[in-house]
Amino acid sequence: MVQPLRLMAENLACDRGGRRVFNNINFTLNAGEMMELRGINGSGKSSLLRLIAGLNAPSFGRVFLGNGTDDLTLGQHAMYVGHTDANKSLLTVRQNLDFWSKFMGGNASDEALDTFNLSALSDYPVLLLSAGQKRRLALARLVLARRPLWLLDEPTVGLDQQSFQKLQVSIISYLGTGGMIIAATHSELGVAPVQRLQLGMAE
Amino acid sequence: MMWGSLVALIKRDVALARGQGGALGAALGFILAVIVLIPLAVGPEQALLSRLAPGIIWLSLLLSVLLTAERIFQQDYEDGSLDVMMMARVPFEMITLTKAIAHWLTVSLPLSVIAPPLGFLLNINVLQLPMLWASMIMGSLALSLLASIGGAVTAGLRRGGLLVSLLILPLYVPILIFGISISVAPERSIAAFTLLGALTLVSAVVAPWASAAALRAYLR
Repeated sequence: MVQPLRLMAENLACDRGGRRVFNNINFTLNAGEMMELRGINGSGKSSLLRLIAGLNAPSFGRVFLGNGTDDLTLGQHAMYVGHTDANKSLLTVRQNLDFWSKFMGGNASDEALDTFNLSALSDYPVLLLSAGQKRRLALARLVLARRPLWLLDEPTVGLDQQSFQKLQVSIISYLGTGGMIIAATHSELGVAPVQRLQLGMAE
Repeated sequence: MMWGSLVALIKRDVALARGQGGALGAALGFILAVIVLIPLAVGPEQALLSRLAPGIIWLSLLLSVLLTAERIFQQDYEDGSLDVMMMARVPFEMITLTKAIAHWLTVSLPLSVIAPPLGFLLNINVLQLPMLWASMIMGSLALSLLASIGGAVTAGLRRGGLLVSLLILPLYVPILIFGISISVAPERSIAAFTLLGALTLVSAVVAPWASAAALRAYLR
């Protein structure tokens, strides 16, 4: 029997440009659970997500995955959608997804196109997409390949009501299959979070 | 799986280079401008031009590759692709090596194939042409590998071009020296070929590691 994954943070602290952004962060996230990060601008929500993704190093403490695959780092277990979309404006929607799918060893792009309602746009270059459509394309990367942890940085920015619901549906079904999500957000995601972490209370 | 990722990355970069066309076109324009203007600058004396030709072609290749270096990682840095790549289940050093190879395929290699025949504008000795071709094609891989270090160090800087030149030009000196001695001194060409090959191998080991370290520091 494979042990379920569990993400743990112990006494995490992060410095940006000589300033302590957050201090003494502790949490445990179990498989199938979601955690919402709340806090004012600059309270370190993005820094914490990048830190968990391994793009940033903690100044103190550690964050690690219990029962993960030993030869993979925490970042390699995760899927990260940040403020930048990581898509090329000259390539079409499908070409971008095909590339990330092959790059991450994932499945065909059709399911991802479908999940975020992008099928009709698949042959358009990203250059012509609106901000919300670009956001959906970035989110579509999440379902390209199975990773046990999603790190979402304000995933709802620019989304219309319909796309917002699509995102809710994929979040719920991902949690249902044992995925873990950490999402930084200012608005309600509409999916009851199991945990909420308030940042920026240090001072 | 790792090879699938890297092949996909090369294909994407080639497709992007074809779509934009910017880097290769600008570099080719630079080489052409140098070669066309040299006779006007030094005078139309045929013997002199013919003696200068291999050196000028090598030098213009080197400088034009340098011009394109800052673009190698810039876009991927700005649009967040590098974040995603760093989290991939592939060593990041392999990704920077692949980016350098993609730069070689889209910029340095085409330039080193196209540039030698332009030597006819400088009255180049036809017998020097095959060796010039061979040395430039071989040296161009080392040029791209070293350029990737400069590109990585300046990925997050606007107008990083000058910095790239200062950083990378010293590393280009040995490649220029051995590359040019292959084409002008055939009696020493085997030794020079071996050394150029050694330089390429050393760059292939050092450059991906150095680029990855520089980019990791940037993404912090």
